Amino acid sequence: MVEGLAKPALPKRRRAAHRLRRTLRGIISGWQLYLMALPAVILLFIFNYMPMYGTVLAFKKRFIPRDGIWGSPWATPLTRNFQILFKNSPAGINAIRNTLYLNTLFIVVGTVFAIALALAFNEIQHRRFKKLTQSLSFLPYFISTVVLAIFAAGLLGFENGAINGLLTGLGFERVAFFMRPELWPAILLITVIWKGAGYTSVVYLATIAGIDAELYEAAKIDGASRWGEIWYISLPMLKTTIIVLTLLQIGRIMNADFGLFYNVTQDIPTLYPTTDVLDTFIYRAMRKTGDVGISSATALFQSGVAFVLVLMSNFIARRIDENAALF
Amino acid sequence: MTVSTPPIIRKKKKIRFTPGLVLVYIFVGLFAALCLYPFLLVIAGSFTSKSEATLYGYSLIPRSLTTAAYDALFANSRTIISGYRITLIVTTAGTVLSLLVNSMMGFVTSRKDLKFRKLLNFYVLFTMLFNGGMVSWYIICGIMGVRNTIWALILPMLAGPWYIFLFRNFFFSVPDALYESAKIDGAGDIRIFFQIYIRLATPVIATVGLFTALGYWNDWWHGLMLIENSAMWPLQMLLRTVISNLQFLQTMESSVQVQKMLATIPSDSVRMAMVIVTTGPIMLMYPFVQRYFVKGIMVGAVKG
Repeated sequence: MVEGLAKPALPKRRRAAHRLRRTLRGIISGWQLYLMALPAVILLFIFNYMPMYGTVLAFKKRFIPRDGIWGSPWATPLTRNFQILFKNSPAGINAIRNTLYLNTLFIVVGTVFAIALALAFNEIQHRRFKKLTQSLSFLPYFISTVVLAIFAAGLLGFENGAINGLLTGLGFERVAFFMRPELWPAILLITVIWKGAGYTSVVYLATIAGIDAELYEAAKIDGASRWGEIWYISLPMLKTTIIVLTLLQIGRIMNADFGLFYNVTQDIPTLYPTTDVLDTFIYRAMRKTGDVGISSATALFQSGVAFVLVLMSNFIARRIDENAALF
Repeated sequence: MTVSTPPIIRKKKKIRFTPGLVLVYIFVGLFAALCLYPFLLVIAGSFTSKSEATLYGYSLIPRSLTTAAYDALFANSRTIISGYRITLIVTTAGTVLSLLVNSMMGFVTSRKDLKFRKLLNFYVLFTMLFNGGMVSWYIICGIMGVRNTIWALILPMLAGPWYIFLFRNFFFSVPDALYESAKIDGAGDIRIFFQIYIRLATPVIATVGLFTALGYWNDWWHGLMLIENSAMWPLQMLLRTVISNLQFLQTMESSVQVQKMLATIPSDSVRMAMVIVTTGPIMLMYPFVQRYFVKGIMVGAVKG
């Protein structure tokens, strides 16, 4: 009604044409902006959106390049690949279990360690010492997982690894780290902490730095000890950051760091029972076995669960802190 | 590096080392030392001889120094020089193009008057929520013809939703009046972006550029997935191959002399020497660039 009063009512067709013209004018006047958006739009289309379409391969028997993605023969029944994955593939189930278990381990212990490190950094009064130790703890973040693998080999090698050198020097037996799968969750955990704790602690330290100094003064007047200040002020103030960072990690719990698992374990089959994760499993199924059907079914399962988890964790993060959510 | 803590008003008094504080110092000092240790171990290891390595294992202070591992590497220098060339090309082109693509997209999505802004935003965001997975990505790369070309190492990592959002958020903070006055003066969007906005964004460009450059330098995954010809492998991919297969170096340029040389040194030492040669430049830059990285983490932390 109000609209009708504001401007003369146009016949429906003309109004649509009018709107179209306005849209076109908007596009034309902003053509330079659209031109600037074009490279990113095309790149995202090719490397992100087309692979999304490519997930139909999960329902194919195999991929025949000549026939294209859509033209390749369908699996019979359509869910054949998923049935094989969940019913007849102990390796696939093992990979799913390892992914969830190891990522949970990394999230819990990694978070606790990073917070402890940040709180410890915050206690240090000598500027020089603080600067030096922080710089050093940040150093591992810069290296690739390939270099990480060589570090691990130098430390854990059977013949000439530094740890075995130390063990034999002390009169102990050598440990064949690369043949003992039961040791690897711990080794990988230490690796993850070593590489990432310094980096993550910076985030927590930034939050601590933002805490109002008056709070600490007030606590001091009330007779709180340093521990009391940490327990009653620092930690509660960190709560939002902790929850949000953890939620974001949970959103990615199905995705393993391929480089870590593929390089550091040197892809040794003996270690698969505890180190094979979805990403390495998919990679092997695709490149070594060449089974596009199974590998893309696993990949689609991974992406699908990840999608739900990301949405959920973001939804919760949003309710906790408006600014913390991804979207 | 140091994150500045709020200035706590303190009388000039000596720090009292309570047992708890001593523990804190030990914890921090120990962790920092452990972070440094493998780096030193690899440097020392690259100079360690075979007899010593088998007798005592690698240690921080080798009993005798030998440059045999480096001699063996430089006898194969053609492989490494080619790797360096590829890595340098990819890192430079990748970083420059990536900054350009992402900053432009960030600028566009920050323009509130743009007709399809919401749609474009969602277009970027959705790539962070759902991905097609490794397999179909690999097959699409084949179909698009980037496999086995240098573009395989550059293009897939160019557009980054995370960086686009970073740029967008930065451009949001630029006052609109700037844009409007330029518009009134008759400047087009492209000119406004390249003459005004991109200059304002220098700090963001520095931070994002460093992260991108590090990403390209350390990338081996695209080499593993998309490049079969070892002459086109970047440094990290060469390094990766040498981990599992040291003979790779020999088969590249087999000479009796090199094979003899490789026999006298522990294979791990050659790998370590290769780490030094390939990662050295990044490590040397570290002291100068680390503060930008810290800034980058903070910016990233503010938004997720």
